[in-house]
Amino acid sequence: MEILIQQLFNGMTIGSVYSLVALGLTLVYGILHIPNFAHGALYMMGGYITLTMMTKYGLHYWLAIFVSILVVGVIGVLMERFVFHPLREAPPIHDKIAAIGILLFLEAFAQFVWGAEFQSMPTPYGQVVQIFGLTFTMQRLLIVISAIVVMILLTLFLKKTFTGSTIIAMSQNREGANLVGINTNRVAMLTFMISGGLAAIAASLSAPINLVFPAMGQLVILKAFVIIILGGMGSVPGAILGGYILGFSESLGATYISNDYKDIIAFVLLVLILSVKPTGLFSKGGH
Amino acid sequence: MSKVQRIAILVLILLAIIFPIISQNDYFIHVMTLSFIWMIGVYGLNLLAGYTGYLSLAHAGFFAIGAYSLGLLTVKAEMNFWPALLLSLVITGVIGFFVGLISLRTKEHFFAIYTLCVGYIIYLVIDKWDSLTEGVRGLIGIPAPANIGPLSFETLQSHYYLVLFFLLLVVLIMYRIVHSLSGRTYIAIRNSEDLAQTIGISTMKNKLTVFVISTVIAGLSGALYASFVRFIGPDIGSIAIVFDFLTYLLVGGIGTLSGPIVGTILIVVLSQRLQFLQDYRMLVFGPVLTLLIIFYPRGIVGAVVSWTQKRKASVHQPIIRAKKLPEEQVKEG
Repeated sequence: MEILIQQLFNGMTIGSVYSLVALGLTLVYGILHIPNFAHGALYMMGGYITLTMMTKYGLHYWLAIFVSILVVGVIGVLMERFVFHPLREAPPIHDKIAAIGILLFLEAFAQFVWGAEFQSMPTPYGQVVQIFGLTFTMQRLLIVISAIVVMILLTLFLKKTFTGSTIIAMSQNREGANLVGINTNRVAMLTFMISGGLAAIAASLSAPINLVFPAMGQLVILKAFVIIILGGMGSVPGAILGGYILGFSESLGATYISNDYKDIIAFVLLVLILSVKPTGLFSKGGH
Repeated sequence: MSKVQRIAILVLILLAIIFPIISQNDYFIHVMTLSFIWMIGVYGLNLLAGYTGYLSLAHAGFFAIGAYSLGLLTVKAEMNFWPALLLSLVITGVIGFFVGLISLRTKEHFFAIYTLCVGYIIYLVIDKWDSLTEGVRGLIGIPAPANIGPLSFETLQSHYYLVLFFLLLVVLIMYRIVHSLSGRTYIAIRNSEDLAQTIGISTMKNKLTVFVISTVIAGLSGALYASFVRFIGPDIGSIAIVFDFLTYLLVGGIGTLSGPIVGTILIVVLSQRLQFLQDYRMLVFGPVLTLLIIFYPRGIVGAVVSWTQKRKASVHQPIIRAKKLPEEQVKEG
C-alpha cells in the first residue's frame, strides 16, 4: 500500500512535468497547426540556462528560473519569426523538417557550449519531509505545487484576460480572429513565448531530480506528443489530463511491470490509440 | 531522358567504377562505400517522403531491422550470407507491411509522430532485448558476403563494387517506379490525397505498396551496412540516423531522383572536411536544413532544375517551350 501511494506521488511528479511540456506544445499546435519537434530542445535549453544562472552567476533558484523563462521564451519567438512565419503557406512537411533542423542545431549548440556530460542541478530544496508517515523530497512536492500553480495561472490567463482570449480565438479560427481585428502575428509570437516559458519551467523544476544533458529533451518531447494526441491536439485541458495519465501509468508500470520497459509504455499507448482512432482521442475533426 | 543526361549518367557510373583504381587510399574507398550505403537508405525515404508526401521518421528503425536481421541470421543462425540477405529483406518488408497497415491510416502530423514513436519502439526493443540482440554490447563478427562462384567479397575494393551494384540497382528501380503509372499515382497522392481518391485511385493500397518498398530498401541499406562494418549496435536505430537521412535528402532535393546522391556525397565530403567539428557538425547542418526548407524546399537538385528551366524558357521559342514543358514537369515531379 505504501509503495502504491509512493508511486502514485511519483507519477504525479512526472505527470506535472509532462503536462507543462505538453501544454506548450498543444498551445503552439492550436495556433499554428505545427507539431513543433524543436520543443524538446527548448526544454533542454531551459534546463541549461537555469543551471548556468545558478552555478556561474550565483543567482537564486527562482531567479534563475525566471531568467530561463525569459531567454527560452525569446528563443521561441525568434523561432516563430525566422522559421515558422516564413513557412506558414508551405506544405506541412516543411514545418516539420524545419523544426527538426532547429532541434539538431540547438542540441549541437548545447553540446558545444556546455559539453556532453550529464550535469546535476543543485537545489535549495533537497530536504526530506514526512507527511502521514510517507517520505517525500521537498523538490518533488515543489514540482507538483508549482506545476499546478502555473496551470491555474495559465488557465486564468487564457479564460479571463483579453490577450488570453485572443489566443483561444485564433486557435478556433485564424481567419475569423483576423477579421475581428486580432493581430495574428502578435498572438503567434506570444504563444511561442508562453510555450517556451512553460518548457523552461518544466525543465528547471525537473532538472534537480533528473539530470541536465544535451539530449534530455528527446524523450520528453516524444512523450509530450503522445500526450497531446491522447488529449486532443490543441486542447489545453487534454494536455493536462494526458500528462497526468501518462505520469501515473509510467510510474505504476515501472513498479509493477518492468523498469526496463517503462519508457516504452507511452509509445505503445500511442500506437494503440492511433491504431484505433487515427486522428487521436477527442479530436475535434477537421485538423 | 535527354542525350546530355544519358551521357552524364554514363560518365558518373564510369567514375564510380574507376574510383577505387584511381584512388589507392583505402580510407576514401571506405567512406565512399559507406555513403553509397546511406544513399540506398535515403532513396527508400525519398520514395515515401518525397514522392508520396508521407514523412516517415521510423526509417532508422527499418534500417536497424535490416541490419540486425542480417547480423542475427549470419552470426547466431550461421546462415549463408545471400539467403540471409534475402530473408532479412523479407523480414523488414513484413514488419513494414504491418506497421504501414496501421500507420498509414493516420495522416500528416499524426503519421510523422506515429512513425517517430514506432522508430523509438524499435530502438528500445533492440536496446533492451539482450538475449536476442546483445543489447548495448552490439553484434560483433558479422561475416562479409559469401563468395558467388569465383567472386569473393573479402577485400575492400570488391565490397565497394558490391555496394555500388546494389546502389545502381536501387536507382534503376526508383527510376522505373517514378516514371511508371504507379510513380505518377504516388505523386498524385502527394499532391492531393482527396483528389487522387476522387479519380479512382485506391490510396491505401498504393500508400502501403510504397511504404513496404521503401522499408525494404531501408532494410537493404541496413543489411549492407551490417556486412560492411561487421559490427552493429542499437545506435543505428536511433532517431539521429533518420535525421541524418533527412538532411542528406533535403540538401540534395526531396522528391528528385538524383537528390539522394547529390545530398549524401556533398554532406559526407563536407563532414570529412569538417572533421574537427565532429559532434558539432549539426551546428552547421541544422541551420542549413532549416534555411534550405525555407528558401530551397527542393534542395540543390530542385534549385538547379528550376534554374535551367527558367533559362530554357527565356532562350527557346514559345512553341518549343509549350512542347517541352509537360515532359519536364513529369521529370521534376
